[in-house]
Amino acid sequence: MKINDFSLTDEEKIIFSLRSLYEKYGYEQYKMVKFEEYDLYVQNKEFLTSENVITFNDTSGKLMALKPDVTLSIIKNTKDTPQGIRKVYYNENVYRVSKNTKSYKELLQAGLECMGNIDLYCISETLSLAAMSLKLISDQSVLVITDLDVLSYAVSLLTADSSVSGELLRLAGEKNQHGIEALCRAEGISDEKCALFTELISIHDSSSAAIKKLRALLPDCELVDSLEKTLNSLKEFDDMTQVDFSYSGDLNYYNGIVFKGYVYGVPASVLSGGRYDALMSKMGKKSKAIGFAVYLDELEKIFDKGKQYDVDVLLLYSEGADLLKINRKVKELTDSGNCVLALSSVPEKLRYKTLIEL
Amino acid sequence: MDSFVNIALPKGRLGEKVYGMFERAGYECAEIKEQNRKLIFESKENGVRYFWVKPSDVAIYVERGAADIGVAGKDILLEYEPDVFELLDLGVGKCRMAVAAPSGYRDNRSKTLTVATKFSKIASDYYKSRGRSIDVIHLNGSIEIAPLLGLSDVIVDIVETGATLRENNLEVIEEIVDISARLISNKASYRFKGDKIDEITGRMREAIK
Repeated sequence: MKINDFSLTDEEKIIFSLRSLYEKYGYEQYKMVKFEEYDLYVQNKEFLTSENVITFNDTSGKLMALKPDVTLSIIKNTKDTPQGIRKVYYNENVYRVSKNTKSYKELLQAGLECMGNIDLYCISETLSLAAMSLKLISDQSVLVITDLDVLSYAVSLLTADSSVSGELLRLAGEKNQHGIEALCRAEGISDEKCALFTELISIHDSSSAAIKKLRALLPDCELVDSLEKTLNSLKEFDDMTQVDFSYSGDLNYYNGIVFKGYVYGVPASVLSGGRYDALMSKMGKKSKAIGFAVYLDELEKIFDKGKQYDVDVLLLYSEGADLLKINRKVKELTDSGNCVLALSSVPEKLRYKTLIEL
Repeated sequence: MDSFVNIALPKGRLGEKVYGMFERAGYECAEIKEQNRKLIFESKENGVRYFWVKPSDVAIYVERGAADIGVAGKDILLEYEPDVFELLDLGVGKCRMAVAAPSGYRDNRSKTLTVATKFSKIASDYYKSRGRSIDVIHLNGSIEIAPLLGLSDVIVDIVETGATLRENNLEVIEEIVDISARLISNKASYRFKGDKIDEITGRMREAIK
């Protein structure tokens, strides 16, 4: 059956495009049930964006939850393959409390996970797919890449105290230079080390410019070589790549490369992902992993902006018109790819490209 | 792409002071000084568009992307925790977030402390960090009256000079955090207008030195 492009919503078009993209790269679709045992989320609540989860008792009395996250379910239900690679993608609904409305919302997420023996190619491919996903959504998009290993190394140069390093990372996530300076003064961290860290978090540059700055800031850090290798493999996406160290997330779960995607016109990130070896290990898996999610609900803000008409043709027929004639005209128009609304009067506020009177 | 940087300014005296800082940093907008009821002002030559909004709403305008950058008090940032970048401490609108109580007040740790405040999160976080059990009474104004009428034991509020507290026979018993106006940026806007936002931040930093 041929589906008229007109009948697909913008959200559906994006879902189909992403699905086709991920399948081209050998990812298989992962389908899952809508709920999991609540315990899974209690044990990993810091990984979730909100601790609020919709719970219910199943027929045996077990406490269940409507899934607020997809990654945890995939890790839990996928066989550990530390020597191999498993690549899956998904389009799933999750149930979370919206920060803005403070109420539960059903949100559609697409994304992919690559689990197993993660090598540099897997990282590069995941970043490329993230960049391609953003390009499918909008030409005006940016992929922001952070290397948490480099960030953690820089923090370790300033302090060994975990509470101070936690606070430094929180301030880094805000690009809060004055807050970092105040904390360094309070903790007796030298001006030189403080300046190194504030310069690191002020980086938001193209790959080559960022590497140049990193080499000057951390001359003996081998982690920069590894980051450079990864970034060099993304030359094709240079125009949309920014390297930035203002990451706000939990380092107990993420490590290495993490990234966020933005499209112009949406005030928050629409894509988020990264390496989560630490989460795998916490859940008893030996495999490493990397993946990302695309938040399709965030895209509502840019959808429909380009849609000028509700229908292609408004077919206006008069009372007592020949029904066969109307039917034939509608078929002729729809067969030629038009979206047709046949009515006996013009509705208020309807936007149509062409008006045909029978 | 809109090449203007949209700036949310807090209405009132602080906003006027902050606009003066933007002006000195080279982002003048002549029409903002005209006496009229307009709320949005553009300076094509400087590439900026200013809005006047309620001070407590600035962070919302910035977080939701209606403004690219804005100026909000640290009290609002701590209370609502908007997901924004905090780029610069402007060093104006300085005051303190403090706990105040009737003169001679003595804390009885065997009972739950009742705290009246507009800043429920700041108060809860503060007492949680001190292991103190509290009952927060959220009020929207005239906080000082709460302990005088027996509604609460103490209040958590912004203290500028302390004159209002003194006039009501209250005194600061603990200081929580210093407050001042901060330049904040929407995280997504920063990805598309980062160079211009950095330029504004840099020039503002120079202007306040």
